[in-house]
Amino acid sequence: MNKDLLFDFTVDKAARRIFITREFDAEHSLVWDAFTRQEILDQWSAPAPMRCKTKYMDFKVGGRRFYAMISPDGQERWVLQEYTSITPKTNFKLYNSFADEAENPELPGSEWDYNFSEQNGITKVYITVYNESLERMERLADGFRIGFTMMLTNLEELLATLSKKQ
Amino acid sequence: MKQDIFQAIADPTRRAILALIAIQALTPNVMAEKFDMSRQAVSKHIKVLHECELIKPEHSGREIYYHFNAKKMLEFDNWLAQFRKNWETQFNQLDEVLSTMKTQKK
Repeated sequence: MNKDLLFDFTVDKAARRIFITREFDAEHSLVWDAFTRQEILDQWSAPAPMRCKTKYMDFKVGGRRFYAMISPDGQERWVLQEYTSITPKTNFKLYNSFADEAENPELPGSEWDYNFSEQNGITKVYITVYNESLERMERLADGFRIGFTMMLTNLEELLATLSKKQ
Repeated sequence: MKQDIFQAIADPTRRAILALIAIQALTPNVMAEKFDMSRQAVSKHIKVLHECELIKPEHSGREIYYHFNAKKMLEFDNWLAQFRKNWETQFNQLDEVLSTMKTQKK
């Protein structure tokens, strides 16, 4: 992995916006596919030890992706995304919200705007997240924290078992 | 209703109030003077800032001084750091995926 690839994360608290820029050492069309195709998204779009499972995805304007982030102990957190705009290979926008298993969204959600461009074989992805509510974002972070805590608890238990055997 | 911190700091007057009391605790009367606002208008802003715990009141005799609550701002920053970390992890995963895809293409 190339360590020189740009990663920038800035927050404009007043405007309730987060700006994320990341470069990838891959051609434009490959990176576009990685963000817009279900089977590839499932491989990376939940931070380990969480994993991601898409129930269905229909990448077109008005179409939806319904997926779960699954923690190591099997807890599922459902997310519903609706594509609001698509300009092939360069931009897409979606409305993101948490949901229950029956696809009922918990509003308000957040607006995501993805931009793609390539220069010299390096593809840059520029993401803007607009949040109506901070509380909602805090819950997102909590979900991850629970995942990490579970992992640490598992490790503690494992260590305890191992030390008993000695 | 409990205010959210984003809404509280979205307003330019409230940001100015925060900037001012971060330097020195102030009474509502002094705030009203400094910003050339009515007491009622100041009270409204104070209420919002207080509800999301960005400022803390302290009584001194008959006066109430409002202090800046740096801890609340810090909590918010910690939370953002966590969010950033999650993205970093995901993007590193994507690097791996892309690298595999490139190899398979060849």
